[in-house]
Amino acid sequence: MSGVRAAGEHGLLVETGALPVSHRLDALLRARRPAGVVDVVPGPETVLVVAPGVDQGVLRVRLEELLSEALRAPAEGPAASAEAEPVTVPVTYDGEDLESVAELAGLPVEEVVARHAGRELVVGWLGFAPGFAYLTGLDPALHVPRLATPRTSVPAGSVAIAGQHSAVYPTASPGGWRLLGRTPLRIWDVAADPPSLFRPGTRVRFERM
Amino acid sequence: MIEVRAPGPYATVQDLGRHGYAHLGVPSSGAADEASLCLANRLVGNPEAAAGIELTYGGARLAFRAGAWVAVTGAPCPLTVRSPGPVADGRVGNGVPFWVAAGAELRFGAPSWGLRTYLAVRGGIAVEPVLGSRSTDSLSGLGPAPLRQGAVLPVGTAGGLAEISVDLAPPRSPRDAVLRIVPGPRDDWFVPEALAELCAEPYAVSQDSNRVGVRLRGRELSRAREGELPSEGMVTGAVQVPPSGQPIVFLADHPPTGGYPVIGVVRAADLPVAAQLRPGDKVRFSVRASR
Repeated sequence: MSGVRAAGEHGLLVETGALPVSHRLDALLRARRPAGVVDVVPGPETVLVVAPGVDQGVLRVRLEELLSEALRAPAEGPAASAEAEPVTVPVTYDGEDLESVAELAGLPVEEVVARHAGRELVVGWLGFAPGFAYLTGLDPALHVPRLATPRTSVPAGSVAIAGQHSAVYPTASPGGWRLLGRTPLRIWDVAADPPSLFRPGTRVRFERM
Repeated sequence: MIEVRAPGPYATVQDLGRHGYAHLGVPSSGAADEASLCLANRLVGNPEAAAGIELTYGGARLAFRAGAWVAVTGAPCPLTVRSPGPVADGRVGNGVPFWVAAGAELRFGAPSWGLRTYLAVRGGIAVEPVLGSRSTDSLSGLGPAPLRQGAVLPVGTAGGLAEISVDLAPPRSPRDAVLRIVPGPRDDWFVPEALAELCAEPYAVSQDSNRVGVRLRGRELSRAREGELPSEGMVTGAVQVPPSGQPIVFLADHPPTGGYPVIGVVRAADLPVAAQLRPGDKVRFSVRASR
């Protein structure tokens, strides 16, 4: 299902129906940004476009055109931002939850690490905290539930998994994801431009240190 | 420099927020009642987007180390200036530019109505910007810390600013607490009568409201479908409905994405009304188009 819905007077929510389409539409909007667009927020099945003071009728027509372009691209191909090199994230796999994940997955710890580092993941979208990226494409054997009781503080750089996703904690925060290890790579820095190493569509590869 | 002698119940530095980073998980933040901050800035000849101070329930005491032109808008507070030396305290008004001498202290009482009061100072509050904004983001912690006793805030230069040309802004009276909404984007997640239910009778503003959102108590809104909405982008003013069926109106520090369906979005002109709602206030929704 796809279409464009009003999100108030200043926003339009484009239904893409699938994450790769969201990423392609996001890339098209970055390359050919309509005038007045302030924020473009991709989600798993949508892209929110915020444009205060812009004629919504005109913008809606433009977004419908771009959406059909995004839908015409091959559904299974790589995301539109795939031309960029993947980000390599070096990891020390010594996380507190490595054992519990191995148990839940019914795999040796060694195999958990191999499967986490063995695939290229793609940033689906960001949320929860600035720079917190939901990485998609995790090996299904590693789809484990969140902790029943979240930790009150997880250090920045923690590499974790929960449900279908993996993530790197950009800053210290409370968190209920299971910790596999840590990276010295600084993925979030407010002094940098852009502040986040990850953006929707970025390809990510974890590498054992 | 302005020294915070008392911040009142909750006070932060705010400008018009950090935009263009929502896709990286960064809330927009900024003044909850933008219209009031912009007005205060205009009164002292600042650009509208200059940073000022947002008070919650008034109550602050601010000492000025150098003299400055200031203006106070939003929820109207009794204001007094206590000058050094044997000078009686002077009463000053809301919505007018006035001079605070070096060494004087500006005192805010409790607002007669509304929740958030704005102080603009000519030259603007000049704390270090983070991602292009000086706003305190209460959700993510970006920007300066909320004001604490003893904090010292730098004031920017007034050089190059327009002359102060306004004597008085007409006082804003408490507006009817009616929030007009644009239905959707997820009104179809609710039973067909849910929009009518939302608008049928007033909701009460809950104690746990803050800069993230105004939490409401009243008629429960029933969903037409089960299951989870995939996380999607959220706008300021979104009326999000969690499983409790009790709506939340998103304000400036709302999360940029969310997973509960949004039944409607408050019209931009009514966001200042939402930002001035106090816990215990009653508020009504309307889906009628603006006149």
